[in-house]
Amino acid sequence: MALDFEELLRFVDTVLTGNDGDHFTTLGIRPEYVERHRVGMSMPYSEALIGDPDTGVIHGGAVTALLDTCCGFAAATALDDLAMTPTIDLRIDYMRAATPGLTVYADAEVYRVSESVIFARAVAHHGDPEHAIAAAVGNFFRMELEMFTDMRRDFRAAQALKMSHVKGGE
Amino acid sequence: MTDAEFQQRISQVPYARTLGIQIGGEDACFLLPVKKSNIGNPTLPALHGGAIAGFMELSAMIHILQHSKNDKIPKVVDFAVDYVRAGKYVATHSRCKLVYLGRRMINESVSAWQEDETAPIAMARAQFLVKE
Repeated sequence: MALDFEELLRFVDTVLTGNDGDHFTTLGIRPEYVERHRVGMSMPYSEALIGDPDTGVIHGGAVTALLDTCCGFAAATALDDLAMTPTIDLRIDYMRAATPGLTVYADAEVYRVSESVIFARAVAHHGDPEHAIAAAVGNFFRMELEMFTDMRRDFRAAQALKMSHVKGGE
Repeated sequence: MTDAEFQQRISQVPYARTLGIQIGGEDACFLLPVKKSNIGNPTLPALHGGAIAGFMELSAMIHILQHSKNDKIPKVVDFAVDYVRAGKYVATHSRCKLVYLGRRMINESVSAWQEDETAPIAMARAQFLVKE
């Protein structure tokens, strides 16, 4: 079975932007690209992220959430079908403060896929990965694909309904 | 600073308001009440791992401010978290421990749990830098 990347991108987009008021939309995390073993995301500067009211610098926790999300979905690109990969552990090195007003980008890559664990790493930056704000390394749980049968069925049913609405609206 | 003064100071930090973190009932403890904006999986529902990590990191920072003579916000150098259980959509608690309080480097360990402190959902450690 091969992963359908167009479907995965729709899935990532649905998870990130489909539930208004959840943690993804509250922080403003958006997908940039989804490829095999590589995912990019962005998080525009916003008031909700500010950790230091004197300087306007965003809090490390928001960067952690972005990097966790980006690494997690990069891990999901290594699977054979749509599924989630729970975070086992994550380490973040904060190299420099984020610049107030600028969007934070994250690029994650998978560097090893084993039977039960997917190893990923990511960098957060303002457009130049060589000038990183933070780096992350995390391990993600590769669960049995059967665990996500219901999730896949529900997502595909919702997508089919959406498509029929689009067609019906023409 | 009293707990009330700390709570007042915390409420001036937008990210702390985003999470909804509060000073806990016990020393070194903090509370993350149920809040829709911390959900990462609406189906289960479960908290976002990033919200749990952010809560733990912020807990450690506030704990340092409570114990250090320095009023400056400590800079996080690195943060590592182990997730052992899914964060359910219920109130989450954290307990911080000052492992090392140096002149420049501070090491904190943090555990997070929900119904039962002996069954944590995550454990974290963080290294902070303070400038005199």
